[in-house]
Amino acid sequence: MSVAALAEGTAGGRATAGSHGHEDLKRLVVAYGFWIFLISDIIMFAAFFATYAVLTDSTAGGPAGRDLFQIHTVAIETGCLLLSSFFCGLAMIGARFRKSLVFHGAMAVTFALGATFLWLEVHEFAHLVGEGAGPTRSGFLSAFFALIGCHGIHVTAGLLWLLTMMAQVIAKGYRVDILRRLLCFSLFWHTLDIIWVALFSLVYLVGVAR
Amino acid sequence: MSLWGKLTLAAIPIHQPIVMVASSVVAALICAVLGWIFLRGYFPYLWKEWLTSVDHKRIGVMYVVLAMVMLLRGFSDAVLMRSQQALALNSAGYLPPEHYDQIFSAHGTMMIFFVAMPFVIGLMNFVVPLQLGIRDVAFPVLNSVGFWLTATGALLVNISLIVGEFARTGWLPYPPLSELTYSPGVGVDYYLWALEISGIGTLLAGINLVTTVLKLRAPGMTYLRMPMFCWTTLASNLLIVAAFPILTATFAMLLLDRYLGFHFFTNEAGGNMMMFMNLIWAWGHPEVYILILPAFGVFSEVLSTFSRKPLFGYTSMVAATMAICLLSFMVWLHHFFTMGAGADVNGVFGIATMVIAVPTGVKVFNWLFTMYGGRVVFSTPTLWSLGFMVTFVIGGMTGVLLAVPPADFVLHNSLFLVAHFHNVIIGGVLFGAFAGYTYWFPKAFGFRLHEGLGKAAFWFWITGFYVAFMPLYVLGLMGMTRRMQHYAVPEWRPWLLLAAFGVVLITVGIALQCIQLFVSIRRREALRDRTGDPWDGRTLEWATASPPPVFNFAELPHVEGEEAYWQMKERARREPGALPRRPYQDIEMPRNSPTGFICAFFATILGFALIWHIWWMVGVALVCAYGTFVVLAWRDVHEDIIPAAEVARLDRANEASRSPWRAPEPSR
Repeated sequence: MSVAALAEGTAGGRATAGSHGHEDLKRLVVAYGFWIFLISDIIMFAAFFATYAVLTDSTAGGPAGRDLFQIHTVAIETGCLLLSSFFCGLAMIGARFRKSLVFHGAMAVTFALGATFLWLEVHEFAHLVGEGAGPTRSGFLSAFFALIGCHGIHVTAGLLWLLTMMAQVIAKGYRVDILRRLLCFSLFWHTLDIIWVALFSLVYLVGVAR
Repeated sequence: MSLWGKLTLAAIPIHQPIVMVASSVVAALICAVLGWIFLRGYFPYLWKEWLTSVDHKRIGVMYVVLAMVMLLRGFSDAVLMRSQQALALNSAGYLPPEHYDQIFSAHGTMMIFFVAMPFVIGLMNFVVPLQLGIRDVAFPVLNSVGFWLTATGALLVNISLIVGEFARTGWLPYPPLSELTYSPGVGVDYYLWALEISGIGTLLAGINLVTTVLKLRAPGMTYLRMPMFCWTTLASNLLIVAAFPILTATFAMLLLDRYLGFHFFTNEAGGNMMMFMNLIWAWGHPEVYILILPAFGVFSEVLSTFSRKPLFGYTSMVAATMAICLLSFMVWLHHFFTMGAGADVNGVFGIATMVIAVPTGVKVFNWLFTMYGGRVVFSTPTLWSLGFMVTFVIGGMTGVLLAVPPADFVLHNSLFLVAHFHNVIIGGVLFGAFAGYTYWFPKAFGFRLHEGLGKAAFWFWITGFYVAFMPLYVLGLMGMTRRMQHYAVPEWRPWLLLAAFGVVLITVGIALQCIQLFVSIRRREALRDRTGDPWDGRTLEWATASPPPVFNFAELPHVEGEEAYWQMKERARREPGALPRRPYQDIEMPRNSPTGFICAFFATILGFALIWHIWWMVGVALVCAYGTFVVLAWRDVHEDIIPAAEVARLDRANEASRSPWRAPEPSR
């Protein structure tokens, strides 16, 4: 994406000087736009959260959260995702100082942790479906699978993006536009973490406690 | 499971002559246009200059063209409905129920998503960067992707005409009717996938324009110096960012119900259909403000320019806009007072709804005071604006009436409601779109639209509107519900005949608009505007040539107050030579990209494959979409540099457009 709109480098009606200002402006605008996208994404999750809240008790005589959730597996999932965010941050530091070993190493660990998270989640889903507690069982389970699955699809897309970014850095080096994309990627990855914290608390912890 | 999923030759409705004739005519027209383009060798030009363009002006024009073509389609549905109801007293009319139901569903879907939305987004796209004094939007390639995804949605809805069927559920697919049990065909799937895809396009446009207004403005263009249209654009796009994700989520849930047997909105297994009404209107009510706010912006610009006065109460206008922006999220329940939420809840939402009338009233008075004491020029855009003020106030008052829950219990689902929302959407959004189209047409193409034909079109439109829709208020009060394929009450007949006559008048209005466009193109030399400022405008879009060069401004304007361009002209009049020229510089512009077009191509295939359950094709389309993304990401050069000499050459060719304010070039 480009911000050629303002060759003279102005932001928010204020002039910023020099060619340095131009690159800074691009970075600012791209990150800002990406934040707005993330907000819209969070609003989409809010709709799924609200639906889940409405349908929690609509179990149609089937199992409820406390009968199904294996909090230990979910705790491991949570650990994986939180750790992956830490390594994602490390990778960004690596990129900033052009340390390829740190960058690629940390990105690889991020990927591994993200993939483990995903694998555990798929495992949990398969287990539930096997027990006859699939999404078609009740309104509650529909909302549960959709909410968690929506996050899972985001993680999958994030993993694909992560690999693409590693390939890009290998092919093109730490160019300014690549660094901008890395910034967006890390914002995305951290946002998935924030959403997961909400999921873990509101779906699993509350679900087990009820 | 066959190779082509649910798709068989039986999907083509050969036994329905009306559908076959209509779609053959459309197909023949499309083939004729395509053939003409290829035979005349226009395709390379079209591809290079338009289809792959990332220029906000071109994309804006393409949005408006899409809206106008779809307006013809949506309007032909309206003609069918009005003529059916005019005929169908104690008889079956000429449209069988299953076809009639598709028509009213397609009419609403088309008009909201593929006429009103692209029209206002097109105007915002075209105008806002020019008014902000900048060279493009924040994300030009995404802008193109957004447009093409919108076009994909429109295409899918139109494909449903000939391959399969469209939804029979109304413009919002209320469950349980829209669930698989009661709508087993592909109609609802066409609806859902078309709108999921175009909804993503709209979201991209929203993100883009919010970022543009908040982060990219000419030097000196502080928030409270922005033209009113930029403010309403900001408000409208904030609403897009906040509301469209809810639409995406809601449709995703209905799709999960239909495709994978989930129970979000079903009758059984704990599904809750009223949740759909809540979710869809949590999007739907902001949506009406997404549409009307840019129209409010257009009227503000038009009335100020043609009254030769600054906009009255600019600050209060800004406050009113943002108040509407906020309040629009707090009233959704008034769309289903009859749900049975109880008197208290209904009371709260009824009052909240009436409260919106306050900032709207502020706006109406501001427009009136803008005109008061001004030297008003009664041009075509002024006429649309005046027509709007009268019509919209009437529509607003019937809206306040409907906001009273007991009254709503009586009028709910009746033609009174239909009359109300057409009253505000035609009288507000569409009139605004037409005003903006006439007002900015010379900016986009360098010549004005024919005034006389424009005025004639306006008078037929507004008369036609009143003749077509006022009877519906009466019919609603007489108890006629909406969406009736036939009826047995002879007292309704005269009013329905009158409404049908109104449609005839509107048809003349639309025909006049087509003729106006044709005549204006033919006589473009006589209508040519070389000044770039045909209306003596007050905002920065008039400070550059018509059509503007690709970079909009050879040198970025420096803004020193409200009404930036008006002040520049005043200052130059007072002290000639006060605004010195600056030397030309190289300009960096985003390079054209086929990404948007290719994305839309695969999105169309993806949507079609999903609708017909052709799973291998879904996989192929997804892989190709990812491939497009990677190819775009691998591009090394995103920008072209336009050298200073070229900027100078283009700029000197447009010298006339800057003579009102710029010092003459020193002789070299």
